Amino acid sequence: MNPGEKNKVFISRDMASVALGADDVARAFVDAGCEVIRTGSRGLFSIEPLVEVETEGGRIGYGPVGVGDVASVLDGSHANCLGEIASLPFFARQQRFTFARCGIIDPLSLSDYAARDGWKGLNAARAQTPQQVVDAVKASGLRGRGGAGFPTGMKWQTVLDAPANPKYIVCNADEGDSGTFADRMLMEGDPFCLIEGMAIAAHAVGAAHGYIYIRSEYPFAITTMRAAIDASAHLIAPFTLEVREGAGAYVCGEETALLDSIEGKRGQVRAKPPLPAIQGLFGQPTVINNVLSLAAVPFILAEGAEAYAAVGFGRSRGTMPVQLAGNVKHGGLYEIGFGITLGELVSEIGGGTASGRPVRAVQVGGPLGAYFPPSMFHLPFDYEAFTQAGGLIGHAGITVFDEAVDMAHMARFAMEFCAAESCGKCTPCRIGSTRGVEIMDRIIALRTPPRAAPVEAGIALVFGGAGKQKANESHAHQGNLGKALYSRSPDRIDTSLEAQTTLLRDLTDTMKYGSLCALGSFTPYPVLSALDHFPEDFGAPAPVKELRNDLHPRN
Amino acid sequence: MKCDEAKAVIERWIQTHGPSRDQLLPMLHALLEEIGFIDNAAVPLIAQALNISRADVHGVVTFYHDFRRSAPGRHVVKLCRAESCQARGGAAIEAAAAQRLGVAMGETRQDGQVSLEPVYCLGLCAIGPNALVDGRPVARIDEIILDRIALEIAA
Repeated sequence: MNPGEKNKVFISRDMASVALGADDVARAFVDAGCEVIRTGSRGLFSIEPLVEVETEGGRIGYGPVGVGDVASVLDGSHANCLGEIASLPFFARQQRFTFARCGIIDPLSLSDYAARDGWKGLNAARAQTPQQVVDAVKASGLRGRGGAGFPTGMKWQTVLDAPANPKYIVCNADEGDSGTFADRMLMEGDPFCLIEGMAIAAHAVGAAHGYIYIRSEYPFAITTMRAAIDASAHLIAPFTLEVREGAGAYVCGEETALLDSIEGKRGQVRAKPPLPAIQGLFGQPTVINNVLSLAAVPFILAEGAEAYAAVGFGRSRGTMPVQLAGNVKHGGLYEIGFGITLGELVSEIGGGTASGRPVRAVQVGGPLGAYFPPSMFHLPFDYEAFTQAGGLIGHAGITVFDEAVDMAHMARFAMEFCAAESCGKCTPCRIGSTRGVEIMDRIIALRTPPRAAPVEAGIALVFGGAGKQKANESHAHQGNLGKALYSRSPDRIDTSLEAQTTLLRDLTDTMKYGSLCALGSFTPYPVLSALDHFPEDFGAPAPVKELRNDLHPRN
Repeated sequence: MKCDEAKAVIERWIQTHGPSRDQLLPMLHALLEEIGFIDNAAVPLIAQALNISRADVHGVVTFYHDFRRSAPGRHVVKLCRAESCQARGGAAIEAAAAQRLGVAMGETRQDGQVSLEPVYCLGLCAIGPNALVDGRPVARIDEIILDRIALEIAA
């Protein structure tokens, strides 16, 4: 380096990195006279806060780095030197189509974005007719990344064919599923990519205005998207965009509830039909897509539909940004083509649990996704394979639980969450979820011997095992729980364990087939999968195939 | 008086963004930011400004968890209760946080110093248990970090 030239370092400004202290680290480097460039996150949180130093041989990463490590990072003697980040095992196998720039560029720098193939997709799209763009998206095989897996191109075709005007583009960034953070990372790390995708959609269907609905729990994403929209307004004109902030309602991630919320109403689900593609926002034809669906589009237009469709498995084409979360050693974002198995993701890439204890269950697809035991780790990541196995990919979040987890408690939580977040429009969801909590409370009270209390889950991680005595305190049923337990007179209903389990199955059946949207109809997934794969937690005998000592040393 | 404050915010909002119904949520967020909560007295003012019924406004305010209807504590701790944080010992941290801060989940301490609120996922799911402390994200919460939060809140 020439004398007088500043050291150039890259530090993430992603919410997760900041939560781990990246702001303080960045300040320390600024104080030491470095030029600090704030990027998005690379996506591996066990090495955050990550500092990358620019050298003649490329960027050299160090992480995790503390505030006091500035000197040792700058002279290269820091113990956590990782070398080139892209060559780490976690990154080497990834296929980053959507997240190619995330973690590398300054998210709000138009020149950085343009230098790395930015706007290439939009320029290609604008050189084509709307129908050609829709055809390209169809040919790519892209399916809705929000969870339903509906072909994106088909949705766009419906909107393109609709005669009414004006039309709208709505981005669903209400990423409420626990265990998912890909939307947030993209909006914070590469916001122009989403804007470009929306501008392409606008060109394809003939829309002039778009909305990005972001949940209020993502303050960093809201600020970044608003700044990015201001910075790029002249490039996407005449198309215009605005951010709408959610207000803490999980159900607004459901597309029709989201549309009502933008319209200034309660976020209640609408009956379909009419489809939003025909009568959506303000009653007009509307493309409503998830962040990841829209952000995949620039690649498809820039590199060609074939390049995207060449990767994948069966009818699931392209890549999926998988999110490894919960009690996992190497948690983070892993973008790869469909077809990788669940076991590879959890054990090889994720490295097993963070607590070091055996994996007992993984929940795939957020609060409405099924729980799978390690005996099902051979499942390939594919929409159809997961549906067949009684689950769903959802938004591709994988939450890992160690052996301390109480599956009956998790089933109860699924019902409790549904009760808290139900929009109240349909009866199976609104009332069924409350009855579900009551049944689960009875089952938990009846089962023998009672499992250790749920608070033990992952406790070794935070307390090093010291918190065990606290575990039993919160187990007692208080307040509403107590009431729920005895809400029906016991002499009129059969309160045996078997009868309650049958009742639970009956109730989930009603919810599954009778609810208006995915909240009520998918809550049975976590409940039934817990019951089917982990019956021992519900007071029933364990299935034979799971009586492996390495999985359940306690049973 | 709160009512005058609310009126000023509403009028300012209408002047910049117009009186269409879809401005209801953005306006409520503006009220939340400037006043901290949605006062019942503000409901008829909003209804009049947007030319919708008070019932409509009340329905929206009560539907969304964010629109709190009474003043929060001087500090707000939003602690995640969702599955990924539970998998990392979230329930134990929730109990410990309630004890350390001297306030039950979902409530404001009697002296008005702190509110402890549940939140369902902050999108930091590989580094839980997580919280937002006065809007600042905090990850991998353990007893040491809880102590630090408690100190911050006492100040």
